[in-house]
Amino acid sequence: MRLLLAILLSLGLIIADSRYNSLETTRSLLDTLGTPVYWVADLPLRLRDWSDKHLQSRPRLADDNERLQRENLVLQGRSQQMASLQAENVRLRALLNSTALLRDDVLVAELVGVSPDPLRHQLVLNKGTQDGVFVGQPLIDADGLMGQIVEVSAGSSRALLITDATHSIPVQVNRNGVRAIAEGTGSLSTLEIRHISATTDIEVGDLLVTSGLGGRFPGGYPVALVSEIERDPGQTFARVLAVPSAALDRSRHVLLVFSTADEQGE
Amino acid sequence: MLNQRAQGYWVILASFFVAYVLAVLPMPLWLQWARPEWVALTMIYWAIALPHRVGILTGLALGVGLDALEGAALGQNAFALVVVALLCLTLYQRLRVFSLWQQAGTVFVLIGINQLVCQWVQNLDGVGARSLLFLLPAVSSALLWPLVLHLLRQVRRHYMVA
Repeated sequence: MRLLLAILLSLGLIIADSRYNSLETTRSLLDTLGTPVYWVADLPLRLRDWSDKHLQSRPRLADDNERLQRENLVLQGRSQQMASLQAENVRLRALLNSTALLRDDVLVAELVGVSPDPLRHQLVLNKGTQDGVFVGQPLIDADGLMGQIVEVSAGSSRALLITDATHSIPVQVNRNGVRAIAEGTGSLSTLEIRHISATTDIEVGDLLVTSGLGGRFPGGYPVALVSEIERDPGQTFARVLAVPSAALDRSRHVLLVFSTADEQGE
Repeated sequence: MLNQRAQGYWVILASFFVAYVLAVLPMPLWLQWARPEWVALTMIYWAIALPHRVGILTGLALGVGLDALEGAALGQNAFALVVVALLCLTLYQRLRVFSLWQQAGTVFVLIGINQLVCQWVQNLDGVGARSLLFLLPAVSSALLWPLVLHLLRQVRRHYMVA
């Protein structure tokens, strides 16, 4: 009977997708078919952005232009030292016989949609396999790490944010290198930092960056700022909460990171 | 005759497409939990109005599509919509003669069941809701039922979908 078939099929799909992750190509295909839906749903926001850009007064545009030019100048000034700092870093690493330096290239992607389920923090982006996007690729915005790609189709992809309840990332305290794991809690403004014992040197306001362990996320990208520490003498681990650095719910343009190992070094 | 059948079908498909778009339309954060289940609402209407056209397999297909769109485990919404479709097919004769608010009450229960099934599957993945907020869509869907009913009824009569 049709009912039995439908129930068995849907239960089968649930098991296959949750437990065995074997349906990636099907999901990929469905994602490609579903692109028009997100495109249409994105229209109101795009219309608003378009009208913001094209219907603004000239003085306002001139002001914005000047402000952006100033910001650009400051940023370029800061990055002048980057070339020499990188070279010095490579030399020092070679002296210490460390592994090669990772050089990162970025690709700008635009947010096409957000997963409507409030429990799943997923973004839909407008770049896919045809742009070289791959599963596991890290995602950053102007302020910090956002997450990683979990699904790709031809022209779009889905990213999981670091605040999703099923996401964890190895981090270290920027100040002293203490290592920990930052787990998503399902809330866009909170990460829980695990494996911090009551005696570990960590304070409110500490910057947490990716540690590069685990091989998935390149090291050095800001992840979060510690916001709360609760040290209960009866517990083995302290309860540490942090606020993500990236503007997870506001960024419309994101960067996809391609890590390439440097030829020199080693 | 064949022409009329073909014409009817695209109207139903178009209404499902609109439901999909509404299901992923960006909403302000504070409204996120209250998003009505547009796809389920549309399916309930067509299942009651045309039970011989829209039924269990439609629910299955719609559910798989919604899963891919939402980023949920494939089969989650499929299972939920199959259950809702089954209930509609069993009850459509009675639902047709209910008053508007009785219908809305039934829709509340149907969408509530949809939400419960989805939460059950999500808990298998470890991403279940921590409060009863997940039932809020049942309330908002039930409140929107009179509007959906009226709108789709006009569409059905205008395009003579059968």
